[in-house]
Amino acid sequence: MKRDITERLLAARKAGRPVALVTDLGTGLQTLVYEDAIHGGFGLEDDLLEEVRERLRQDRSGLVSDLEDEEDGVQLFVQTHNPPLRLLVVGAVHIAQALAPLAALTGYAVTVIDPRGSFATESRFPGVALHDSWPDEALSALTIDNRTAVVTLTHDPKLDDPALLVALRSPAFYVGSLGSKRTHAKRLERLKEQGVTDAELARIHAPVGLDIGAVTPAEIALSVMAQITAVRRKAGAA
Amino acid sequence: MKDDILEQAAVWRAEGRKVALATVVATWGSSPRPVGSQMAVDDAGSMIGSVSGGCIEGAVVHEARKTMEDGEPRMISFGVSNEMAWEVGLACGGRVQVYVEAVE
Repeated sequence: MKRDITERLLAARKAGRPVALVTDLGTGLQTLVYEDAIHGGFGLEDDLLEEVRERLRQDRSGLVSDLEDEEDGVQLFVQTHNPPLRLLVVGAVHIAQALAPLAALTGYAVTVIDPRGSFATESRFPGVALHDSWPDEALSALTIDNRTAVVTLTHDPKLDDPALLVALRSPAFYVGSLGSKRTHAKRLERLKEQGVTDAELARIHAPVGLDIGAVTPAEIALSVMAQITAVRRKAGAA
Repeated sequence: MKDDILEQAAVWRAEGRKVALATVVATWGSSPRPVGSQMAVDDAGSMIGSVSGGCIEGAVVHEARKTMEDGEPRMISFGVSNEMAWEVGLACGGRVQVYVEAVE
């Protein structure tokens, strides 16, 4: 890897800018493909460039064959470098204490949001990013993208509803909300009154988590993380 | 995780060491580490990351040393169909292809 490529790659990752490193496995030459630019040792045909960008969007590293040069056996390897997955948790409750480390292990950068000062404390959430502003303000400030999952856990409409209003109109790939079927039915009514469409409401995973008969906070956290994984990996179970 | 590996490789390189980077580029069947997994090795024998469950790292380090010497990238394949591969212990039954390059 040339120094120029290494430096640009590290800089893009530091800036949270998605980039794919494309290596010609025959020559060792490398090119960086950004969402809107390309830089490096060789150019790419339009259709190939689109394939690389599609892989970048799907975060799918792997081999692509150069269609134009198939007889020469040119083989390209695409390695995607995307910003980290994020999990934004509203409600610094007991389940959140189990969910935060589990999500971190699974590869997510976790932020816990709770305006009630005594909940979101360093001693209850060691090493976790904490926000004590109102959930809708915090979520807006954190700029939800399509690599972000949002889970509300407070059970309190005052806190959960404003968070859901922001999350449902964001590109978040997963939105989940804690609460029984009855609680959720009431929640849907409230959100509808606030102008949320049926299509938007249908995005909420509730009751949150896969149905694995979870009882304890840790088991519920496990079911939530399992559901987020299933949605992200597009598995059927979610 | 791959993030830390590339960063570490760059740090080693900046310190003037020779560094090779190994990347899993293809897998077949059951294989312990997904495509894109990386391992960096320096000329003092330091390593970070992994390209398997630990079974082929020794062989990869051996190739990495050659790449550090001549600067040439290498492709290495491991699989149970190959007696040698069994010797280095890819017991999980899959096949894996690893690309080794020098960090300049």
